[in-house]
Amino acid sequence: MYGFEAMTFNIHGGYLEAIVRGHRAGLLTAADYNNLCQCETLDDIKMHLSATEYGPYLQNEPSPLHTTTIVEKCTLKLVDEYKHMLCQATEPLSTFLEYITYGHMIDNVVLIVTGTLHERDVQELLEKCHPLGMFDSIATLAVAQNMRELYRLVLVDTPLAPYFSECITSEDLDDMNIEIMRNTLYKAYLEDFYKFCQKLGGATAEIMSDLLAFEADRRAVNITINSIGTELTRDDRRKLYSNFGLLYPYGHEELAVCEDIDQVCPCCDGKISSLPINFLQTILRREPDA
Amino acid sequence: MEKFIDNLSPMDLMRSEKMSLVQLIIPVESAHRAVSYLGELGLLQFRDLNAEKSPFQRTFVNQVKRCGEMSRKLRFFKDQIIKAGLLSSIHPVVEPDVELEELEMQLAEHEHELIEMNSNSEKLRQTYNELLEFKMVLIKAGSFLVSNNNQAVAEEWELSENVYSSDRYVEASSLLEQQMRTADQSGLRFISGIIFQSKALRFERMLFRATRGNMLFNQAPAGEEIMDPLSAEMVKKTVFVVFFSGEQARTKILKICEAFGANCYPVPDDFSKQRQITREILSRLSELETTLDAGIRHQNKALTSIGYHLTQWMSMVRREKAIYDTLNMLNFDVTKKCLVGEGWCPVFAKAKVQEALQRATFDSNSQVGSIFHVMDAVESPPTYFRTNHFTNAYQEIVDAYGIARYQEANPAVYTVVTFPFLFAVMFGDWGHGICLLLGALVLIARESRLSTQKLGSFMEMLFGGRYVLLLMSLFSIYCGLIYNEFFSVPFHIFGGSAYKCRDATCSDAHSAGLIKFRDPYPFGVDPSWRGSRSELPFLNSLKMKMSILLGVAQMNLGIILSYFNARFFHSSLDIRYQFVPQMIFLNSLFGYLSLLIIIKWCIGSQADLYHVMIYMFLSPTDDLGENELFWGQRPLQIVLLLLALVAVPWMLFPKPFILKKLHSERFQGRNYGMLVSSEFDPDVEPDSAWEHHEEFNFSEVFVHQMIHSIEFVLGAVSNTASYLRLWALSLAHSELSTVFYEKVLLLAWGYDNVVIRLIGLAVFAFATAFILLMMETLSAFLHALRLHWVEFQNKFYHGDGYKFKPFSFALITEDGD
Repeated sequence: MYGFEAMTFNIHGGYLEAIVRGHRAGLLTAADYNNLCQCETLDDIKMHLSATEYGPYLQNEPSPLHTTTIVEKCTLKLVDEYKHMLCQATEPLSTFLEYITYGHMIDNVVLIVTGTLHERDVQELLEKCHPLGMFDSIATLAVAQNMRELYRLVLVDTPLAPYFSECITSEDLDDMNIEIMRNTLYKAYLEDFYKFCQKLGGATAEIMSDLLAFEADRRAVNITINSIGTELTRDDRRKLYSNFGLLYPYGHEELAVCEDIDQVCPCCDGKISSLPINFLQTILRREPDA
Repeated sequence: MEKFIDNLSPMDLMRSEKMSLVQLIIPVESAHRAVSYLGELGLLQFRDLNAEKSPFQRTFVNQVKRCGEMSRKLRFFKDQIIKAGLLSSIHPVVEPDVELEELEMQLAEHEHELIEMNSNSEKLRQTYNELLEFKMVLIKAGSFLVSNNNQAVAEEWELSENVYSSDRYVEASSLLEQQMRTADQSGLRFISGIIFQSKALRFERMLFRATRGNMLFNQAPAGEEIMDPLSAEMVKKTVFVVFFSGEQARTKILKICEAFGANCYPVPDDFSKQRQITREILSRLSELETTLDAGIRHQNKALTSIGYHLTQWMSMVRREKAIYDTLNMLNFDVTKKCLVGEGWCPVFAKAKVQEALQRATFDSNSQVGSIFHVMDAVESPPTYFRTNHFTNAYQEIVDAYGIARYQEANPAVYTVVTFPFLFAVMFGDWGHGICLLLGALVLIARESRLSTQKLGSFMEMLFGGRYVLLLMSLFSIYCGLIYNEFFSVPFHIFGGSAYKCRDATCSDAHSAGLIKFRDPYPFGVDPSWRGSRSELPFLNSLKMKMSILLGVAQMNLGIILSYFNARFFHSSLDIRYQFVPQMIFLNSLFGYLSLLIIIKWCIGSQADLYHVMIYMFLSPTDDLGENELFWGQRPLQIVLLLLALVAVPWMLFPKPFILKKLHSERFQGRNYGMLVSSEFDPDVEPDSAWEHHEEFNFSEVFVHQMIHSIEFVLGAVSNTASYLRLWALSLAHSELSTVFYEKVLLLAWGYDNVVIRLIGLAVFAFATAFILLMMETLSAFLHALRLHWVEFQNKFYHGDGYKFKPFSFALITEDGD
């Protein structure tokens, strides 16, 4: 069917494509951002946003606004639009849309588990979770003591279950292995998503492989930088890199042996022309204090 | 002739209202009042003089914000009133307008009061819910426990998070804790509680996993529905009792309960204690209920008193916001004491605007009066037609194609009649016409009621076009009488048929035909044509010729309107090199065809008009033979053909060359470009847009003219052919209704069975209502629309103006904010 996919496209995708194109018109423009820069109070921001598509979400907020409320309400718009599209989507688009949320789900799981480890209130943690990554039994995560329990109690019901096979251990949870868990999950997730997109083929594979390769490379660089100076061994570090992307496989070998932050940049040289080098420098500048 | 045209009394709708750009200079102290009076007047369109400023950099941004805040409060009140199930707008009290500041204070007070009441009642509601849940848990869980007791299992009850802190329970708990410790050896404990029904299954599964199956889960649906405090909806809940053993399992289960939002309540083991607690709870419940009821009554009273004013307040806040939005469009003058505004205003309304300004000055005791004066405008003014209920819909039909250029001829004047008429030509059936008429009359009779309420989008459309519908139905009754069709059945309304059979038996009626024995049928089509073998050829030829006649007439009207436009804008060039050749071209070909049609009808000739028209082009010099309709037809045809051939270069070449010559003459040897441009007043010649440009691009003008000419020449043929859709749709309509009448109604009537007859009648009625009355109306409407937009309006109508949008309170709608 390659080449003829546009012929039957409108049957399933026509409405949603129109919706997405409509959403693009609702994005804030450069002029909007210029105006937002000139705002002096949060009320000014609300007033300016009220002329945009965010207006209906903010109009019923009482006047002493908080930044969190603005962010929350604007995220709510995204979530509402996402939910609407998910409701309308048919296979394989609905699966694709669900894949998008898995990243948020992983972050939420890590957030809750870390939070419980530091004895924070679950309700408070739940408020901080990204609404796209919510699943039913997320609050139960607090019950689990170690990875095995985490998997057996809660995650076995979620779409994240297959990604967990790598990291089922009976070790107690601590910051270090939570972070490793996050990265293992992400690795499995990205690889799965990549495979799914390749299976779909066509424009999806073309565009998504670039985007996912970028994400995989970004994470690889990130992991390298964050693991320098920790007790993570080279082999363990090597295991966390996703098995695709522009850095795979030779870049990964080089990244795995990096001992300090200045060695990271040369590793990526020449392999990732599409990854703007100044972006990399931005990461390098930002990451140490993160 | 020209004098006669100039002396015609001006038609209201023909030209849009004369506009003038006015400048207002209003002292700051009376600005608010002045703008509010202008808003009531609704005849001035303000221009935004601060377009480059973002909304929060403008002068009156704080007032706009306050209005936004107030309307938020009002929306909150409205939500509350709806939530409480009260009707808000039943008795709107009209009070004198209060001051904005006062209103703001009132609103803040009301809001504060309401929020406090809400929080109070919420607290009460929560306690009430907890007690209610406890009661249910006691009743349901108690029954589990009793049945378990009978099995002589040494049971243990578990005290869990006791939410309310009644002294009695603390006491009881300590007492029972002792019991628990003694019974701890047996190892079996339980937790009872209540959970949302939708979550119960997952909850059970999670418990099972967490305890590795070492637990027993009992559940029963709670008898009553409980109000969810967040969404104020009634939700179903399930009472559960979990039996388990071990301390670790307990913490786990409690955590899971918390995660699932399940409320745990202790149930005493002892039956008598259970009953005692139940009694206490019941008494507390009834107490709380009275408190809650009193609170709700109080709240409702407050809400009702707000509800009386709500509509008025809302409209007032909307007005204030509109006023400040408008004030934000004005500029401060140099001294910062006056506001300067610019706007368009119809010439007839100048006096009213001035009067409003004076009134504002007077009412606000201002020392300085407002200044009002007319300015010169460079850009073209907006288009404003003063329509009424009747003409509004027709103007909308034209506006949907494009807003008229300022002061150009408005096709809506003719659309009022031609649109329904062309519709009726396609929809000619007086039975269907009567149905439409009834519908239109219902809409018009309920006009006053329907116009106030909100309608669905479809009804809105139907209601907006009620007068179009009225005329459409009247014309289709007229056309139906001409076609002699009533649900496709012919009637002898205007006397008997002119035809009769050759003999008494009528056996050869379908082979040899009928004979004419008296004068033709006085009005419309003779009913005898119906069902005859030559019915279709006869009606087709009639309707086809009629369509061409109507089309040529309407296109001629369009071209004549272009003449009126050219005269109005004093552009003799357009008359001489556009209007005249166009007239000649169209009429020498299709005007001649129309003439032939009329002659043929009058003298009853057998001539083949296709043949005449085609050989007029192919071999104009040949003899016409039997197709000759009148003496001198051949020379006339040659002359007409030559005229048409001459008309094409006539409309193509002279205009661009003359324009070029005019331009080069006008700008010859002139150096003062700036002065030249201010020399001619744009108001005199707004049509000649090219004059505003300094350079004259000949090739562009020429290509433009070429496109126009080619379009007209080709369009003359294709547009005339396009009018044949009148015949085609009319044919389709009559054939469809014949099919439904004969193949459904008559067929069913042929059976001697009541059921079949009823079914036939029902199918016929549905087909008539949905296919003929709805679908056919729509399609005929669309085709009539196309004939007006494309075939009629492209002859003269530019439609590139913009609409006059005055600042008016009447136009601020409900969902405006």
